[in-house]
Amino acid sequence: MTSADALADIEDVSAFLAFGVRAKLLPSRSDAYLRLVRRYIADSEFAIRVRAAAEGWGLSVLDVSVRNGLILAARPGSLFEIKMDDYVRMASREKVLHAIAHLAVAAVCFPRADDLADDAYVGHVSATSVDIIVREACRVIQNRIDGTADSGDPVSGSSELEEAWRAYMRRPEIAARQNTTTTLAIAKRALNWLADRGLLMPRPMPEEDGTYRTTGRYQVYVRELAAHAAFQDLLSLGVQLPVDGDGRLAAPAVFLD
Amino acid sequence: MEPDEGFVRRVKALAFTAPLHELDAHKGRLDWADASVYHMAEIALAILDQVALAMDFDYGAERLVVLDRVLPYVRVQAPDRSRDEHERVATWVLEKLINVGTIDRLFRLVYGEIDQEGAYLRRDFDFRLLEERRSRDGRVGLRASDGAINVLVGALDTDVESAQVAAEVKLQNLIQRGLLADARLAAQQARYRTIQYGETIRRRLDATRRDVRLVDWSQEIPELLDSALNHIEQRFVMEEAILRTITIARDESVDEDHKRQAANLVDIVRDCMRRHTQLQSRLQSARAVFREEQDRQQFSGRPQRAAFNLFGQLLSPLLALPVPKAIGPLEKFFSAASGLEAPDVLSLPGLVDLLQQPGPLRDGTAGPVYQPDLSPLPDPLRFDESLWAEADRLLDLVGTERTLGQLLTEAASIHPELPRLVALRAHRAVAPDLGEARRHARPQVLVAAPTGSLLSAEHPGGVHGDDLVVSTAVITQDVPGDQEGTAS
Repeated sequence: MTSADALADIEDVSAFLAFGVRAKLLPSRSDAYLRLVRRYIADSEFAIRVRAAAEGWGLSVLDVSVRNGLILAARPGSLFEIKMDDYVRMASREKVLHAIAHLAVAAVCFPRADDLADDAYVGHVSATSVDIIVREACRVIQNRIDGTADSGDPVSGSSELEEAWRAYMRRPEIAARQNTTTTLAIAKRALNWLADRGLLMPRPMPEEDGTYRTTGRYQVYVRELAAHAAFQDLLSLGVQLPVDGDGRLAAPAVFLD
Repeated sequence: MEPDEGFVRRVKALAFTAPLHELDAHKGRLDWADASVYHMAEIALAILDQVALAMDFDYGAERLVVLDRVLPYVRVQAPDRSRDEHERVATWVLEKLINVGTIDRLFRLVYGEIDQEGAYLRRDFDFRLLEERRSRDGRVGLRASDGAINVLVGALDTDVESAQVAAEVKLQNLIQRGLLADARLAAQQARYRTIQYGETIRRRLDATRRDVRLVDWSQEIPELLDSALNHIEQRFVMEEAILRTITIARDESVDEDHKRQAANLVDIVRDCMRRHTQLQSRLQSARAVFREEQDRQQFSGRPQRAAFNLFGQLLSPLLALPVPKAIGPLEKFFSAASGLEAPDVLSLPGLVDLLQQPGPLRDGTAGPVYQPDLSPLPDPLRFDESLWAEADRLLDLVGTERTLGQLLTEAASIHPELPRLVALRAHRAVAPDLGEARRHARPQVLVAAPTGSLLSAEHPGGVHGDDLVVSTAVITQDVPGDQEGTAS
């Protein structure tokens, strides 16, 4: 390889990474991007170099496809990592509501495991549906507790150990006056944030309150990274695995590359 | 001591009346009216009444309509006061019932309970009376909580169905004995119960539309629907009978008062029947909703690979955890699902702004424990207000320009610290943030450019480096295409 070729190659690798960082850009909108995606898929040497360069930047390549382009994930501590504190800088009790909204957005977008697995699936989500799914989940937990002998009310003075569902249920869903602390406002903020990052797309529906559809990029992030990371963390807390309707252990994730 | 569930229920039932008593206890503090003539608890009950009557399956009660209907109750208590004051009193009571002004809008009762070991355990009981909720059309409507409806009808700690039956039987008895005033009350109770019943079913159906698995359709819902349909059938029979009886009572009665009461009662029973019909149509379509949603949600395509059920495997288990435990996995999910942040490229003005931002608030549970200083002193300002004012005066250079050297010399003669502030502001002006200035509609912005020479070494204030030429640019607002600042 001549040095001119090597330089052109370095440029291609860097340009490809630069495309990957710009989440809203898709190969279908840019010929240069499309050429690099095709090259990545066809040229394994190029693919190795792209992955190595990404490693250097603290990134890892999650997925490359003509539909979604290059999807990169930030490794912990990387320049590109998004931390919860960048989004909401408050005490845990407030933060947890925002984080629940984000998880619930994904749960509404991909209600069944099959939807998350199916690359062609496009989910839809609105702030109201996010709020309703969380409240229903909370109600189910409450019913479960009501079924036991315990009276279900938290022990006085134990607010530090309050369960997440209680924190959510206590918060009003909506207020007549403009308010950023209601659960609907929190859900709306989550949707806007994801849409700003090109992970959700607004749908033109005049009478509905802001409905969004999912992008392939969001699906890949949730499936390949977020769900896995959160689940591992959950297991490390020693939480009992949920069982499905037939009493079997609901299958934990198996990733088929 | 033995645990006593009934005792706890009564304690809790009592709690619902507490906010109403509080209203009267605190009315003396209102500074905009002499509120002693108003009986706030009565107004509160009237409001709850109106909300419970107006809300149905799809829509909550409209705030303005409720206030309008309550106004007569307020007016009779103080006829000589102005309508404005009546409205204000009604609004005040309404907002107190919602508990506006607190983040969670909850009322809390701390009560004690005897646990299995016989020890006394204090618990928190949170409840609401009125809530603002989203109606089907997206507007905000008022709904009375189940607890509030229970307080309202005085049927504390009773099951929806048994209360309904009791009310109906009572109604029939009262009518047969000719006690029409009491019959009216019982009829209203029956109506509240139907509303409450409908609420339960509305919530389950809503949830089913989102996700079939949220609701137990194998046992809980079929039982609920069966018993509800059964009861509606019985109620129709009963109300038909009641209607016949009252119509006869109305037509045969010679007493005017009696006649009017009976006519009133006919209206109420008709409204009950309307609500039963509404509930019935809901019940009949419920199973269809389920089947349709199941088809849509369960049988679409074959799975391609194993993946997560986000709801069952993540959301539900995490919600059940205490906040300090749940926050870890939730934050991981947030970070990973939000993708990448393309970091901003630093510029000098950006860096200065960044450094001037307040530090992050400490986290109460996840971070290291720190002792808060309860009476913090304000941070001393590097430059006090008079210095800023002096700097403003020096740097107001509309229509003229000066070199940094000249400015520093003048500044040093005013205050020894002033040259430093002037120099900092002049350096920032090399790359003025025009976008920010326009957003905040600032009339002008400081601009500066290097002159090419250096400041003389013995300059006051310890400032070294390039000399600058400094001026003030006026920002022209709202001129499309020509929004850059122009030096005047």
